[in-house]
Amino acid sequence: MLGDPVRRGLYRHVTGTPGEVGRDAAAEAAGISRSLAAFHLDKLVEAGLLEVCFRRLSGRSGPGAGRPSKMYRRAEGEHTVSVPPRSYDAVSRLLAEVVERAGLDGDLQAAARAAGESEGGAPDGEADPVEILRARGYEPFWDGDRLRLNNCPFHALADQFPALVCGMNLAGIEGLLAGLPDGQDWSAAMDPLPRGCCVSLAVAEDAQDAQDGTKEVTKEV
Amino acid sequence: MLGPVNEFHLAQVNVGRILAPLDSPQLAGFVAQLPEINALADQAPGFVWRMVDGGGADSTGLRPQDDDDLFLINCSVWESVEALQDYTYRSAHLKVLARRREWFERLADFHHAMWWIPAGHRPSVDEAMERIALIRKNGEGPGAFTFRAPHPPPAPVPPDTMIGSSPAT
Repeated sequence: MLGDPVRRGLYRHVTGTPGEVGRDAAAEAAGISRSLAAFHLDKLVEAGLLEVCFRRLSGRSGPGAGRPSKMYRRAEGEHTVSVPPRSYDAVSRLLAEVVERAGLDGDLQAAARAAGESEGGAPDGEADPVEILRARGYEPFWDGDRLRLNNCPFHALADQFPALVCGMNLAGIEGLLAGLPDGQDWSAAMDPLPRGCCVSLAVAEDAQDAQDGTKEVTKEV
Repeated sequence: MLGPVNEFHLAQVNVGRILAPLDSPQLAGFVAQLPEINALADQAPGFVWRMVDGGGADSTGLRPQDDDDLFLINCSVWESVEALQDYTYRSAHLKVLARRREWFERLADFHHAMWWIPAGHRPSVDEAMERIALIRKNGEGPGAFTFRAPHPPPAPVPPDTMIGSSPAT
């Protein structure tokens, strides 16, 4: 389904945008016609990757407000899409089971920390932790002064091996911050809410002013 | 509390062998977090009771296995599996759990068991240790299970007295 580059581009655009995306915006982002975008978006809906809702873009309601627009957003369900077929989930479960039984939490955390540091310290890499976490699928959002992560990228595995996987996750994020040029301004802590990632982040107070500019919520036109 | 009281409550026991004495520097991080984590449990939704030693603050003074000074027990009672699960994995308790191998030996065999008890019952150390022995002998079952495959309470409550189906009195 996502082997098609046009479809993949559309899917990435829709899932990477907070809220819903209309056909016009999706077509523009993908550089294709509105009708072609509509065709591919509906294919993604048929496949269960996106879902549809109808909304009036004008903000008006009642007679004369115009027809509601068809809007797209990521579907709630969890999908593993791989071309050609792969089955990393079965392997990761087995590996986690063995690591857990062997009591290798510390080694796993050290490896995650090192991997995070090397990603954070990559030359020409993205330097903003918010953008890096977004790219990794964490879906970051500001909750007052804390940066929370709406999605757990390791959800199914974390559900089965919470202590192991959540510990690995925190160490990975701490490593990432340690590797980033301005990472020392940030701190990460285990701070689970009922849903989403178990980690939240905060900016040290003296570095707060510089960060405030980036906290503006993206407004839809 | 909303609705009628459960006929059965969930008991849980955890055993573990610490890597060094409680008063050693190696265990300091664990010991320092105990008051916060226990207070968190006491206030957690669905918490009923937890086992404490003579000191009354926590159960670190209990020695359930012979005279092994490093062998600790933790036992508590909850209204439901979900309540215990939320506390264990979706509260600040998780930060202690993620560091378990810094403080506790790896145990090859089961070190955790849950079972249903009549509401109001308070498990003893011996009873809790029997559940550990049971799950080690027979594997997971109705008498001793884990989060991987929870069992429902023994006697189903009649539908009209299910929690949440009647207004608070």
